Amino acid sequence: MLETPNAARRVSAFADAVSPAGIRPLPGAARFALRLREADATGEAAGFRLDQPLNTFAAQGDRLSLRLGPNEWLLIGPEADADAIAAEIAAALGTRFHTLVDIGHRNVAIEVKGPHAADILNAGCPLDLFDARFPTGTATRTLLGKAEIVLMRLDDAPTYRVECWRSFATYVHDFLTEAAQEFDAGT
Amino acid sequence: MAGVNRLPRGGRIDRAKPVSISFNGQTLSGYAGDTVASLLLANGIHLVGRSFKYHRPRGILSHGSDEPNALLSIDRGPGKIDPNNRATVAEARGGLVTASQNHWPSLNFDVGAINDRLSPIFVAGFYYKTFMWPRRFWDRVYEPNIRAAAGLGKSPDGPDADRYGNRHAHCDVLVVGAGPAGLAAALAASEGGKRIILADEQAEFGGSLLHDVTSTVDGTAAQDWAAQAIAMLKARENVTLLTRTTAFGYYNHNHVAMAERITDHLENAPDHLPRERLWQVRAGAVILATGSHERPLVFADNDRPGIMLAESIRAFVNRYAVAPGRRIVIATSGASAYRAAADAHAAGLAVTVVDIRLEADCGPEVAFVRQKGIDVLTSHTVIAATGRKRVTGLIVAPLGSEGRVGARRTLAADCVGMSGGWTPSVHLFSQSRGKLRFDDAIDAFVPGQSVQAERSAGAARGSYDLADCIADGFAAGDPLTARPRLAATPSLTGFQPVRILPTDADATRVRAFVDFQNDVTAKDIGLAVREGFESVEHVKRYTTTGMATDQGKTSNMNALGLMAGIQGKALPAVGTTTFRPPYTPVTFGTLVGPAKNALFDPARITPIHGWAKEHGAEFENVGLWKRAWYFPQGRETMHEAVARECKAVREGVGIFDASTLGKIEVVGPDAAEFMNRIYINAWTKLKPGACRYGLMLKEDGFIMDDGVVARLAEDRFHVTTTTGGAARVLQHMEDYLQTEWPDLRVFLTSITEQYAVIALQGPKAREVIAPLVSDIDLSGEAFPHMTVRTGFICGVPTRLFRVSFTGELGFEINVPSDHGRAVWEAIYERGRAFGITPYGTETMHVLRAERGFIIVGQETDGTVTPDDVGLGGMIAKAKPDFVGKRSLARPDIVAAGRKQLIGLVTDDPSLVLDEGAQIIDDRHRPVPIKALGHVTSSYWSAACGRSIALALVAGGRERMGETLYVTTPDSFAAARVTAPVFFDEKGARVHA
Repeated sequence: MLETPNAARRVSAFADAVSPAGIRPLPGAARFALRLREADATGEAAGFRLDQPLNTFAAQGDRLSLRLGPNEWLLIGPEADADAIAAEIAAALGTRFHTLVDIGHRNVAIEVKGPHAADILNAGCPLDLFDARFPTGTATRTLLGKAEIVLMRLDDAPTYRVECWRSFATYVHDFLTEAAQEFDAGT
Repeated sequence: MAGVNRLPRGGRIDRAKPVSISFNGQTLSGYAGDTVASLLLANGIHLVGRSFKYHRPRGILSHGSDEPNALLSIDRGPGKIDPNNRATVAEARGGLVTASQNHWPSLNFDVGAINDRLSPIFVAGFYYKTFMWPRRFWDRVYEPNIRAAAGLGKSPDGPDADRYGNRHAHCDVLVVGAGPAGLAAALAASEGGKRIILADEQAEFGGSLLHDVTSTVDGTAAQDWAAQAIAMLKARENVTLLTRTTAFGYYNHNHVAMAERITDHLENAPDHLPRERLWQVRAGAVILATGSHERPLVFADNDRPGIMLAESIRAFVNRYAVAPGRRIVIATSGASAYRAAADAHAAGLAVTVVDIRLEADCGPEVAFVRQKGIDVLTSHTVIAATGRKRVTGLIVAPLGSEGRVGARRTLAADCVGMSGGWTPSVHLFSQSRGKLRFDDAIDAFVPGQSVQAERSAGAARGSYDLADCIADGFAAGDPLTARPRLAATPSLTGFQPVRILPTDADATRVRAFVDFQNDVTAKDIGLAVREGFESVEHVKRYTTTGMATDQGKTSNMNALGLMAGIQGKALPAVGTTTFRPPYTPVTFGTLVGPAKNALFDPARITPIHGWAKEHGAEFENVGLWKRAWYFPQGRETMHEAVARECKAVREGVGIFDASTLGKIEVVGPDAAEFMNRIYINAWTKLKPGACRYGLMLKEDGFIMDDGVVARLAEDRFHVTTTTGGAARVLQHMEDYLQTEWPDLRVFLTSITEQYAVIALQGPKAREVIAPLVSDIDLSGEAFPHMTVRTGFICGVPTRLFRVSFTGELGFEINVPSDHGRAVWEAIYERGRAFGITPYGTETMHVLRAERGFIIVGQETDGTVTPDDVGLGGMIAKAKPDFVGKRSLARPDIVAAGRKQLIGLVTDDPSLVLDEGAQIIDDRHRPVPIKALGHVTSSYWSAACGRSIALALVAGGRERMGETLYVTTPDSFAAARVTAPVFFDEKGARVHA
């Protein structure tokens, strides 16, 4: 038997991507789909806040908790912490009925940053990304063109994080690249 | 000076920036700020096209987006040519190559003009009346010829070289139109910090003020007031200003679609800019300040080049410093044309005014221009225009009492301005579903009851006075704050509606045009009414009036008025037609936006896609997925490749990318109960570590989806679905979980893309992976068929399934997606010693068909029950309920004679039947013969050395051994009914 932990190398979905300024595929991350009944969603677990309002995220250190629905969270953390996060969540939630599913490789992430970030996203995202309507701290499931994405606004730069399923990575990346073209060269 | 008819002074053109364009091969000069129309007129060119039906010479009728005549082909470079550009909208700039349309061999000499001579034949309804018989002529003669003659302009035949953008936007108030009312509305609305978008179709904001050189507003020149307003709006961060942007569609919930033209006006447009952009705006409120359209007068030969709208003369003179003629006659039934007369006169042009109204019915405008020395003939009608390719004069005659037409005289003219009054532009209001109201005082439909959060302002709602427009704009922009009314020069307003000018000519010979673009005359409208068309909608379709790309902006009110007059009805009783998007033509590119080529649709690719591509795979589309179809080597045909791949799996080992299979993780203490309710199978007793083939039904009892399900733990199932069914199945499950069984403690998560799935199939499969796998005992005893183990492969965590869709010993190796390719490559390297062969979906289909495994969507079509495909035994009888259970007891489901899955072997073993071919029991029956069923799958089977087929046949299982007949492209093929399994009938090989 072969004992070579992590011998098989990783191949990112963005291996061949060429990105313009302001658009950056992000490296791998630990991700979990956490489901927990609304009534049980109090406080936090393993550094992931649970009781924030819908369609917002909370950050504690490098752990992000996105509340995408009344009973649904997307948890994102450093990739190396994946096993620890799973164990800590199990310990923290104890007998509270919950499910935790590893989706670290299901999703990929792209950062969109800069003064035209909202315009680039609005090429395919129908939401109002105006500062007051989609402030820093917002996180929601939405569309980019014909792909489903999760969109977060991370800071006031503004920096957005786009999460999509892995097989849509090329489409989403190329869609953003196409939309960015006029700003990339123009300003 | 650019152009013989360029005026020495004035205009908003930039005389420091000369431009030249090509028109029908001729190079013409103008200035930045010109439209193609103003540039042509500056060069003395009025004849710019041939009309749609009669090929009559046509000129420039208007100065804006309502232009029906001056439609040009514009070529901006390779792949950048398009037809039917309005010369009055297209901005002149260097490098434009323009050409007139709808003529052969040339604009000046057009053979098609014969249609004009034949006009007594081409009356309204000509096609309906003429091409009736002989019936067989329709397909071969009439339709091809009509199609060849129809249409205006030539479609580009190469791919569009431009890029197009898309933008979703939101605002509190969207103001459409930046004339005096729109500017005022935007100023008022934006004062409090609300988010405002102001969009106007023109290159500059200002609307009618752009050609108003005499009015003042609030003590300053009207154009300066506009400039100040624009500067104020620019300074406000909450205001987005969009020029060259046409709001063309008004949809539900204040969703307004707008087309922004970004680069057409730029001589050296940078590559990074899109040509046009579609804006999809969600507005809290919409203010429609879309202005109004001038009506032509309807008289004989009113379509001669050189005859244009009176206000357009004013625009060409004042805005573009162009003399559209040196000797101008203004024919009018209203006051506004006197302003045009005065401005043309001030520019040094000779002007005469002919007014249809009685002197007593006219206002102060008559005295106003007479003071300036302009001749005014009141109470005169226009009998006809003279000239053919350019107007040479107007035949006019005094109108006596009781409409008697007096002695004719001809007024020489090289340009005629006509004005039949004004029509508010209510297109967008009508699109918003607002109800129109007829206002007698201004002889027009105006916005009545709004249906959405919308308000019209200014001329768009029939308010034509400048000060009124500005006041209305303020009130629309901010209804809560009373603003002082700004003083402005009183506008010359008011007109007398005339549908058709009185004439002493034989009415049956008069060609007086109502709709210029579709060549509809007053006579056509009359004919339609005489033939019994009463509804405005019917007359419109019969005569095609108002149905051209200009949507009847200039013609509709004249057409409606004529109808009403002939029918002796009041105009509101006739009603009006419905306005539909787009307000003005929109390019396909704008609607398509970035969704072309690679961005047309997401092409979903698996982690192993790159490897398959590098190894020569042909791909097939399955939903949005690209799946490897087969891997041809050298010059292999598909048939040869598939036969080789099949053989490799049966005799050695094959490797297949199954990553696209849908995967759902069902977790929770009630997971087994949930599975019991969703699937027909029983799940309670399935042990962790075991797998089961599951089948789910819709409520109607028919098969919805299938797949192998692994129980990973008491409370955790790894469900697989078909590739195409993944999203549908998850939605189906969520629907039941959330609405029917919210009490169950279960949650569902899609893990389709968490795992790359490598199917390794064939007798050598175990040997291949053995050295790569750790923490799993691969022996047949420890890890039998239909079980699952977790451990590591190549050091990567895996959910290793021992399952088979091929009938061979096999594994499906789930690894986290990013590791998929590396694990695949490691297995492939290790497998080379065993002759490992990559195979695609086609081979997978053949192998499963040899074993008689169904594919949902191929053997099933939404009307097939488990029993129909021989899987009735899977139904857990003891379960109280599951989705679809009740339907399985319906009389027609339990009736005899249902179509059942069987195998078919053709008498000729080399014949591969067509999938979908119909099946009968006796080929000698008289037709029509009732079909017993159809072939669902059909392949060449290398393992069987012959063709095989699966079919659904009525009472099929009772027909074993019977010979049936299957349709072929030219006859029937005899085939024997067998059990639906052709290879390894006992299914022993999977246990190897």
